[in-house]
Amino acid sequence: MFYTKQTLKHFRNPHNYGEIKNPDGEGEAGNIICGDLMNLYLKVKKTKNGVEIIDAVKFKTYGCAAAIATSSVITDLVKGKTVDQALKIGKKDIIDTLNGLPPIKIHCSILAIDALGEAIYQYLFKNNRPIPLSLQKTHERIEIGKKEIKERYAKWLSISKK
Amino acid sequence: MVKKVYLDYAATTPVDPRVIKAMMPYFAKKYGNTMSLHVFGREASQAIENSRKIVADYINAKPEEIYFTSSATESNNLALKGVAFANRQRKKHLIVSRVEHDCVLESSRWLRNQGFEVDYLSVDKHGLVDVNKLKKLIKKETLLVSVIHGNNEVGTIQDIANIGKLCQKKGVYFHTDVAQSLGKVKINVSTMNIDLLTASSHKIYGPKGAACLYVRNGVIIEPIIHGGGHERGLRSSTSNVAAIAGFAKAVEILKDKGDKENKRITYLRDYLIEKILKKIQDTQLNGDKFKRLSNNINISFFGVEGESLLLELDHYGIAVSTGSACSSKTLEPSHVLLALGLSPAEAHGSLRISLGRWTTKTDIEYFINILVKSVKKLRKISPAYVLH
Repeated sequence: MFYTKQTLKHFRNPHNYGEIKNPDGEGEAGNIICGDLMNLYLKVKKTKNGVEIIDAVKFKTYGCAAAIATSSVITDLVKGKTVDQALKIGKKDIIDTLNGLPPIKIHCSILAIDALGEAIYQYLFKNNRPIPLSLQKTHERIEIGKKEIKERYAKWLSISKK
Repeated sequence: MVKKVYLDYAATTPVDPRVIKAMMPYFAKKYGNTMSLHVFGREASQAIENSRKIVADYINAKPEEIYFTSSATESNNLALKGVAFANRQRKKHLIVSRVEHDCVLESSRWLRNQGFEVDYLSVDKHGLVDVNKLKKLIKKETLLVSVIHGNNEVGTIQDIANIGKLCQKKGVYFHTDVAQSLGKVKINVSTMNIDLLTASSHKIYGPKGAACLYVRNGVIIEPIIHGGGHERGLRSSTSNVAAIAGFAKAVEILKDKGDKENKRITYLRDYLIEKILKKIQDTQLNGDKFKRLSNNINISFFGVEGESLLLELDHYGIAVSTGSACSSKTLEPSHVLLALGLSPAEAHGSLRISLGRWTTKTDIEYFINILVKSVKKLRKISPAYVLH
């Protein structure tokens, strides 16, 4: 299992890491028990033509090199896109940008997509906007996952929050 | 060029130049097959028997009790499966500790599927087995107990003499894997009541491809590799003469210089542990502070995932290892760290640093410097770490 040059480049010098204060949308995916946790923050802005685009995006990730690299890539891909365009980003887009990921690390790209989806969900929800069915389903899946982890690992989670 | 600092001696060691020299004649000059009757065969056979004596002496065994194999994995497979199958009409219960190497655990699981009964002996938070707990697990049907001597991940050294004593009293075979501890802790199969023992060459500056299983005279065992009857029928396969000669040379060097070397490495180990714990907040030493292999350090860095820390260090030419799930093929954190009661997050953030013959104080200083920076960098982008 070896990473591509591009993956190591993003891992060592990740783009757009950090937090955004008062973000328009904030999403969390993964959990510390499984070894990867990602938070994604975004700001949405209206352009002169009245189109809403994702103007700023930042992330914080705890995880392996692939998790950090895919986090970095998704923030690059999302910047300047409309919400609809951002929702179309798939794992293939991320993996292609990295020139490939080891098969066992493919799930890391899903972590990034989930975190983005959650941030957009929150943005749409807060603004009383219609939520696409697929996004609603993803959100429910993630919520169920979070609940399960909380129930199964309550002991470890309380220790983890130092 | 990036400086290179190897701190993964527990994974494998470089071959000592003196060992390479001892191996050289057996490639192109004395290349015979030990089973041949002619002079070439006799030369090769002589080399193997000399090696057998050297290895046997080092652990106070008799030469005929040493069987050469290709790896510690093979030796452990042979010990468990060979003993289990040879005695299955009599007894079918085995006990292995929860902190064994994968090759012991996987062998035990396979035996379970073959109809054997296996119990797993738990350890305390330092990684030590409790002899009283073992006593309770031993029953009339118990055939074999297997407990690793020096743990490969957290470095905990078990009191094998005590375990051996109990096993002898109960009439149970005792097997121990000393791949990590050979040369670091004195081993005497006779006074420690060891019936079977696994040792390996490539952890002691010998070549890969050579190891041995010590089997006390009288232990009932059968081969798992069948063929031309090498190693007195217990392990067929053309003998890897050069590697075995190298293994023996590596043992000779340990016998000669082992004590001095251990003192030097123990000092570096303790210096490094102290520095890391002092310079980096929210860290913890895993394993036992005192009953610990002279070259092993295992530390968890809170809020950092081990694989990314490993790769960050790799960028600076530093080689270490981790018990993180992300670095394993199964995406499960280390079973050893979990057996010690570490939380998954603590296991994910663990690093194993293992020192050796060529580790210098300069290496250690360089490592500390880079480690401090790397942990800081990764914690900065980690949502699991809150600065305080």
